[in-house]
Amino acid sequence: MTGVAERITGLVGALRAHGVRIGTGESVDAARAVEALGFADRELLREGLAATLLHGAAQRAVFDPVFDLYFPRGVGGPAEGTADREALRDRLARALAADDRALMARLAAEAVDGLGGYGSSPGSDGWSAYQTLERLRPQTLLARVRADVRGRGGGGAAFADRLLDDEIRRRIEEFRRLVGAEARRRVAERRGRDEIARRGVRPTADRVDFLSADRDQLAELRRTVWPLARKLATRLAARRRRAARGTIDLRRTLRSSLSTGGVPMRPVLRRRRPVRPELVLLCDVSGSVSGFSDFTMLLVQALHDQFGKVRVFAFVNRLDEVTGLIDHGRADPDGLGARIRAEATLTGWHGSSDYGMALGEFAERYGDAVGPRTTVFVLGDARTNMNDPNLPAVRDIARRARRLYWLNPEPRARWGTGDSAAPAYAELAEMHECRTARQLGALVSRLLPV
Amino acid sequence: MFTSVDDVSARLAETGYLASPAVATTVFLADRLGKPLLVEGPAGVGKTELAKAVAQVAGARLVRLQCYEGVDESRALYEWNHAKQLLRISAGRDESWDATRTDIFSEEFLLPRPLLTAIRGDEPTVLLIDETDKADVEMEGLLLEVLSDFQITVPELGTVTATRRPFVVLTSNAGRELSEALRRRCLFLHIGFPEEELERRIVRLKVPGLGEALTESVVRVVGALRAMDLRKAPSVAETVDWARTLLALGAGTLDEAVVRESLGVILKHQDDIQKAAAKLDLDAL
Ligand SMILES: Nc1ncnc2c1ncn2[C@@H]1O[C@H](COP(=O)(O)OP(=O)(O)OP(=O)(O)O)[C@@H](O)[C@H]1O
Ligand SMILES: [Mg+2]
Repeated sequence: MTGVAERITGLVGALRAHGVRIGTGESVDAARAVEALGFADRELLREGLAATLLHGAAQRAVFDPVFDLYFPRGVGGPAEGTADREALRDRLARALAADDRALMARLAAEAVDGLGGYGSSPGSDGWSAYQTLERLRPQTLLARVRADVRGRGGGGAAFADRLLDDEIRRRIEEFRRLVGAEARRRVAERRGRDEIARRGVRPTADRVDFLSADRDQLAELRRTVWPLARKLATRLAARRRRAARGTIDLRRTLRSSLSTGGVPMRPVLRRRRPVRPELVLLCDVSGSVSGFSDFTMLLVQALHDQFGKVRVFAFVNRLDEVTGLIDHGRADPDGLGARIRAEATLTGWHGSSDYGMALGEFAERYGDAVGPRTTVFVLGDARTNMNDPNLPAVRDIARRARRLYWLNPEPRARWGTGDSAAPAYAELAEMHECRTARQLGALVSRLLPV
Repeated sequence: MFTSVDDVSARLAETGYLASPAVATTVFLADRLGKPLLVEGPAGVGKTELAKAVAQVAGARLVRLQCYEGVDESRALYEWNHAKQLLRISAGRDESWDATRTDIFSEEFLLPRPLLTAIRGDEPTVLLIDETDKADVEMEGLLLEVLSDFQITVPELGTVTATRRPFVVLTSNAGRELSEALRRRCLFLHIGFPEEELERRIVRLKVPGLGEALTESVVRVVGALRAMDLRKAPSVAETVDWARTLLALGAGTLDEAVVRESLGVILKHQDDIQKAAAKLDLDAL
């Protein structure tokens, strides 16, 4: 293969642009891996490069599409293509029924070639996965594939047959992914792979802005809550240990005691059991920021055994305690947001956010929830819809609490623009920009009390 | 150690470990590049088993450092046998202290722990540092040192350098994020849940009496459970356990009653069992 070194450099550059940290040592290892593996099997090459360049499983989601661009399956369109939609659908239905991955990949290539081209003549401006899938509509093949599988007696025993629909959906999902990869490959041939590898590949979920994440991305994020919580819990534990220093190293004590003829000279210190801190969360759950606050609430609930007490309040323009709902959120995280909005009283006469009103209601009705051991977090964009921000209420909360933090999902540059009261609130609460799960993780491990 | 990736797969298979292409490739490279292998993945996907299989294939001794919260140098590296030293001290009352000290810090009073053991031998060695994420952060600094130079200094005895570098496998359940520095030292391998085809092969290998139809159904149901976002998704270990249970029950096919009764073998949490039962349309459990 020509220009292997350039390909590796390109691949590494694109991965770095997606936030994967790769040093020169790893690049050298990658080159050695390529040398040891050769080019005979592209999938082994993929695994070898992943093993040398990546440091975590989450990075794989950007690695695979980027790899597909720098080490493409082939060049140009398929040898034989067709724009005959019905013929393609027939063949795709059979491939899905047989779960034939190789055939599905070939059909994805034909479909992009035949249906995905756009411009004055098809393909003159590029290829679109979206257009391909809109025309082919693979999701509508479900019933046909199901009948086909059952017809061959492949539905399995009576019980396993009920899994069939979901299995077919997953195969269709896989086909959609293949179409996406193929369209990127074709476009990259025209516009250059460096650009497509940077712009055409979705960032990892933890780097997506909460405010612009779509449904799928938010669902993907929710799946990271538990791993993230475990990670944070260990960081908190480490901080707690450091805070409660005072244990001694038995081995060293004994060892040093040998120089005094075996008499231990240092006393054993007892570790005191610290009182667990308390946490209060005030969450704006209005439409614009709900992705952010839902995720943060789930994360905090996942961490709740780190604290003596956790209470969560949600608001739009009225405020209500939702601690109980969150506790049950564990069984069904995807439904949490809807449940909060259905069961809590969050709005008065209108439906838009009113921070002043909500914070005032908190200070008035739940002021007792905040004491000298309590750390309070406000989650929201501080957009008050031109209402009074009610700074005295915030001042009151800050005075009662041990600490008051504010996590704002908007980029710092937008604070104070339009109806944002962020600068005023930031005078009273320590406000942090918190746009992505990655930022949130870093903030939580730094700010949460131990 | 290996001539090709296929060679890795074939020889691991002989020991009863069925490697995915990713596993085989990474093991091959770890050997070729002489780098430690960091294996991450959920519980029960065969991380520990892989290290054992590699040791067996290589005809190497397996030295295992099992990590846990609080594991420290004295458990990982070496320790002086204090009791024995104290005995020696009291036995040699009329000796000069200098003479005693030289004596009690000699080989005889040293208790080597896994890291030192692995570095000292001349024979081929696989060093398994298991569940690295359970150890405290401080432990990582130590591992980093050992894995960079493959030498350990015992102040009283001098420096021990590996004459033959062990093949190192670190495993982690991602309970804690391992440090960037440690990751950089290693080749990275994530073992996830296996593809259906591979999992069927594993079941056939471990539970040969089960029969093809049932094997297929078992793997399909497990796949469906994994797609459900449960607190603890069933792993290969559970698939194998379930297959064994079904064999013991003498189940001919998978039907609703059998699944309902044995779901507890695959799922460990009560809320998971309930969620799965609902999604699988099982009648009330
Ligand atoms: N690829 C495989 N080939 C053969 N057996 C396997 C494979 N993967 C898993 N197993 C089986 O699964 C069981 C669990 O594997 P193992 O104990 O190595 O898991 P683990 O990943 O180390 O889990 P933990 O994180 O809980 O330590 C093993 O007993 C083994 O029989
Ligand atoms: Mg293990």
